[in-house]
Amino acid sequence: MVADNREFFYRRLHSLLGVIPVGLFMTQHLVVNHFATKGEEAFNQAAGFMGSLPFVLVLETLVIFLPLLFHAIYGLYIAFTAKNNPGRFGYFRNWMFVLQRWTGVITLIFVAWHVWETRVQAALGAEVNFQMMENILDNPFMLVFYIVGVLSAIFHFANGLWSFCVSWGIAVSPRSQRIVTYATLLVFLALSYVGLSAIFAFV
Amino acid sequence: MSEQKTVRFLITRQDAADSTPYEEEFEIPYRPNMNVISALMEIRRNPVNKKGEKTTPITWDMNCLEEVCGACSMNINGKPRQSCTALVDQLEQPIRLAPMNTFPVIRDLQVDRSRMFDSLKRVKAWVPIDGTYDLGPGPRMPERKRQWAYELSKCMTCGVCLEACPNVNSKSNFIGPQPLSQVRLFNAHPTGAMNRDERLETIMGDGGLANCGNSQNCVQSCPKGIPLTTSIAALNREATFQSFRNFFGSDHAVD
Repeated sequence: MVADNREFFYRRLHSLLGVIPVGLFMTQHLVVNHFATKGEEAFNQAAGFMGSLPFVLVLETLVIFLPLLFHAIYGLYIAFTAKNNPGRFGYFRNWMFVLQRWTGVITLIFVAWHVWETRVQAALGAEVNFQMMENILDNPFMLVFYIVGVLSAIFHFANGLWSFCVSWGIAVSPRSQRIVTYATLLVFLALSYVGLSAIFAFV
Repeated sequence: MSEQKTVRFLITRQDAADSTPYEEEFEIPYRPNMNVISALMEIRRNPVNKKGEKTTPITWDMNCLEEVCGACSMNINGKPRQSCTALVDQLEQPIRLAPMNTFPVIRDLQVDRSRMFDSLKRVKAWVPIDGTYDLGPGPRMPERKRQWAYELSKCMTCGVCLEACPNVNSKSNFIGPQPLSQVRLFNAHPTGAMNRDERLETIMGDGGLANCGNSQNCVQSCPKGIPLTTSIAALNREATFQSFRNFFGSDHAVD
């Protein structure tokens, strides 16, 4: 019996899209945000540049919205077909497995809200600038929400890089998988620094 | 005479495949060097629960009694393992026994493991050598490769890896680590490799390899120490190349 290959294709697509383009976009986004640490003007200039790229709607649709939508919806399906068991099997990788699913759901909630609050509002005429973020993060609840959301997204990306390497057969041996674990830990720490310093620049 | 030492058991029982599970407690006299199976045999000899009520003997599977057949697997204090090598002296009491719920429960601790045997048939976990004439000797296998492959061949289809895997459950059709590692074994065999692409195609189908979420519980739980996650990652690499071959076409179908 040769079953059809759709599930294999969807899973691999899900894994690929998480890194390229969604993960790359997130990294780029966090780096651009970091302009906030250089002051209001630097941030507004960078954000203005990103927002006024030629073909910005096409780029957003192909590089962000469609891949993100597929990754999110198929990811929810994956997350809810698992029966998490870290209580019985408290191993490191099993915890990463569970956290990958939790952070995925948190990230989806955060990103949905974030897109509504910034991109959709921009489409409705609001201006996305330093002032806007300052107003949002003025609320302590939103500040915590943003910190949790950004850290979830970064964790999900870093740990997802690890499973990408395993799922595509890049890291096969236990030693190579361990090395990738350390490498992705560094990615998590580095991006967390970039992301959090940008958030605190608005506070 | 000092008071007799006893062993306490808390056993999840189920009278039939579709009836509701319940717990029953037992207290039996301690003997040195008991394992879980000898304790279950003691209960069978005198099926009386802790409250002193007469009850039915407990049903469980067993065969080799030396951890090579895989039949007597069950959850012992929450972890799936073979009851023949679960020594009472090393277990915390009350010792909790429960069936491996990933499989259909037949009765008490006895489960139906046939899904694993079906998987082995699906992935063609054998070396096809039957023909209408003598094919002669097959290619030789390097001795060091044989020693490596021997580790994979230790799989006894016990089901512990499926029980430990969070992605093997009633909501998913994942076949689990056990048949995947066997694909790795038979694709490594010089004659078995002649059907390498067929096995890869099967595990690239629905419910196959791609369902692995890398929780890696399987490799932590395997009583035979089989490098299941290495097998899966290696198959991931093979499947990557196979999918390219399928999509772009290739004149290297099996080599």
